[in-house]
Amino acid sequence: MVALSRRSALALAGAGVAGSAALVACKSSKPDPVTDAVAFTGEHQAGIVTPAQDRLHFVAFDVITKDRDRLVQLLKDWTAAAARMTQGRDAGEIGAVAGIPEAPPDDTGEAIGLPAAALTLTIGFGPSLFRRFGLGARQPAALAPLPKFTGDTLDASLCDGDIAIQACANDPQVAVHAIRNLARIGMGVVSVRWSQLGFGRTSSTSTGQATPRNLFGFKDGTRNLKAEEPDLLREHLWVQPGDGPDWMTGGSYLVTRKIRMLVETWDRSPLAEQEMIIGRTKGIGAPVGMADEFDDVDFTSVGADGEPLLAPVAHVRLAHPDTNNGARMLRRGYNFVDGSDGLGRLNAGLFFIAYQRDPRTAFIPVQRSLSGRDELNEYIRHVSSALFACPPGLSGPSDFWGKALFEYE
Amino acid sequence: MRNSPRLLALVTAGSLGVSLAACGSGDAGTDEAAGGPIAVKATDSSCEVAKTSVDAGTSVFAITNGGNKVTEFYVYAAGDRVMAEVENIAPGLSRNLHVELPAGTYETACKPGMIGKGIRGPLTVSGSAAPLTDDAALLAATASYSRYVKSQTTALEERTAEFVAAVKAGDIPKAKALFPISRTYWERIEPVAEIFGDLDPRIDGREEVTEEGMTFGGFHRIEKDLWVAGDVSKSGPIADQLMADIKEIVQKANAEKLSPLQLANGAKALLDEVASGKITGEEDRYSHTDLWDFNANIEGSKAAIAALRPVLEERDPELVKTLDAQFANVDATLGKHRAGDGWKLHNQLTQADLKELSDAINALAEPISQVAAVVAKKA
Repeated sequence: MVALSRRSALALAGAGVAGSAALVACKSSKPDPVTDAVAFTGEHQAGIVTPAQDRLHFVAFDVITKDRDRLVQLLKDWTAAAARMTQGRDAGEIGAVAGIPEAPPDDTGEAIGLPAAALTLTIGFGPSLFRRFGLGARQPAALAPLPKFTGDTLDASLCDGDIAIQACANDPQVAVHAIRNLARIGMGVVSVRWSQLGFGRTSSTSTGQATPRNLFGFKDGTRNLKAEEPDLLREHLWVQPGDGPDWMTGGSYLVTRKIRMLVETWDRSPLAEQEMIIGRTKGIGAPVGMADEFDDVDFTSVGADGEPLLAPVAHVRLAHPDTNNGARMLRRGYNFVDGSDGLGRLNAGLFFIAYQRDPRTAFIPVQRSLSGRDELNEYIRHVSSALFACPPGLSGPSDFWGKALFEYE
Repeated sequence: MRNSPRLLALVTAGSLGVSLAACGSGDAGTDEAAGGPIAVKATDSSCEVAKTSVDAGTSVFAITNGGNKVTEFYVYAAGDRVMAEVENIAPGLSRNLHVELPAGTYETACKPGMIGKGIRGPLTVSGSAAPLTDDAALLAATASYSRYVKSQTTALEERTAEFVAAVKAGDIPKAKALFPISRTYWERIEPVAEIFGDLDPRIDGREEVTEEGMTFGGFHRIEKDLWVAGDVSKSGPIADQLMADIKEIVQKANAEKLSPLQLANGAKALLDEVASGKITGEEDRYSHTDLWDFNANIEGSKAAIAALRPVLEERDPELVKTLDAQFANVDATLGKHRAGDGWKLHNQLTQADLKELSDAINALAEPISQVAAVVAKKA
């Protein structure tokens, strides 16, 4: 069967044309303007420096089988399904509606007619996986479980996981379709531990994107690492040869934190206080005392009252690379609203996602700096935390997720 | 019960138009076996079968229960496919079982207390046996499952009568003890019962599905009277109606001609019952005896798959291996929650316990959902 996309297959059927739409594999991780698809293979996994899509469905799985071969087979099956879905095709080889009537379809169908929507699927392996399947010696030192931070109010059922998959797309239904089908393929081998939907990107990962806003109404990720900064990406984002085990070279470490925002109390605080806490203006996002969003942060100027213009506890100061030995991460978080909490408040916040070369010199020191002193802590609660090792990209059709990790000797 | 009781009925009209008559293979009770009946002495801890090798053809087993527990007797082919069984043999009673067995290797089993794998023994049947043609294998599958349905409906009627009698006598402890037991036979064959649209909700409907103008009756109404009100003094008419409905459905179920595809979909439907009703504790919300139903659903699903086993072995042996492994996993996972001859109550299980059971059911239900396509496939 020819590899038709969901949308072109319908269009062709509609026009009554018996033809084949050949998909052009593109080497760039930007969506192809014609097919709307991001290349699935490449040096690095897509979904990291890929221009941040608008929607997220993130899932963490527990591995429930003890059978290493079954797990490896699942990783192969997942890779095949992910390769299809990221190119706008059905999850299974047969498809949502082409099978025999007695069998359940091998694709769940809700993405019929939808484009690829720049879907990326990015896999990561959590520290707990390395306690099993003879993987102990393969665990990178950088993949040590995160420490507890001051003020953490973590819900264990929303933390960690053996395997994570991040689905990002410009259409929420495409992202959910991908995770739903991968979860189904995994039944009996993995079980969903927790999952999270996100509806608005809170970071830009490319200079071509405007900086978006989080639910506090502020621009977030102005100083993010960007796809167009290869030297900085090598230094701060991609694991380099010699950093740790070879299977991670070219990969990146992923930290997720679900951060509940107490938006109702935040909304009652005065504009000046909000700007003081963040350290940027709410309108254009300029650092305090500066004119433009991308102006450098001024740490030293003092106001007429003798106090620093940028408060000692301002979020930008505490999170800034200059305060944290130059630590930088690529952030690509999403806003979430999980309905309401039964107390008349929105269950809302930021699903923080950050990729980095080594969390021990990036997320961990930055979060230590923030967790103790950040004024913002009065308005946020960290409820979920996880760390995953995301291997490099797939080299081609014979490669599969986790191959270098599992198939050694 | 499920919300869409017509699933199986729809499948009846489906693409596999094989209509099958039950092919009189031993349950008629009139065959005479050469050499007279084979005596089976069953106790609470033993199962003495007088012969362990017989000739091909009809054999008759005469089972006497000398123990203190109600017992059952089975003849199994490979993969625990039930060739014949007799349920509900009360202490002190004797029952005869007629079974037609082709040459091959089998197992006999007594199940004192009606639980677990039972006390097994080997049974060799010698003689000539021609391999079944494909269509004949499908016919044999439905005949085998019809025997199963009949054994279950017989026990369902008997045990429901005891339950109803206890309710009407106002014997609350006895009625409570019999409630999950009588339901076991119901839950094992529920997809068959669901073919008959109105009866299933009358017998097994939950309070919220009772339509306007209809009385909340059946098993769950009596369950509520027993566990919530603690008063069955006004439950007599409800119990009488339940008995009448059970008699009606037993008659209909025994007369129903099932297709192989119905067996396949029934096996899946039973797991759906577990996933949507038992894991959540919705089914037996007053008594919390959901794990009895859970186990019965699994047993019923296993029986339907076992009946199809020769067909599946021929067409997709890898799927059979997967199903065996996943059924074993469900049994082992559920087995952690045994309590005496019964089960822990649903509200005694932790969220982690329920998640583990849910994972086990999902792992089984995905491959089971592939069975119908294998059965439908033309050889």
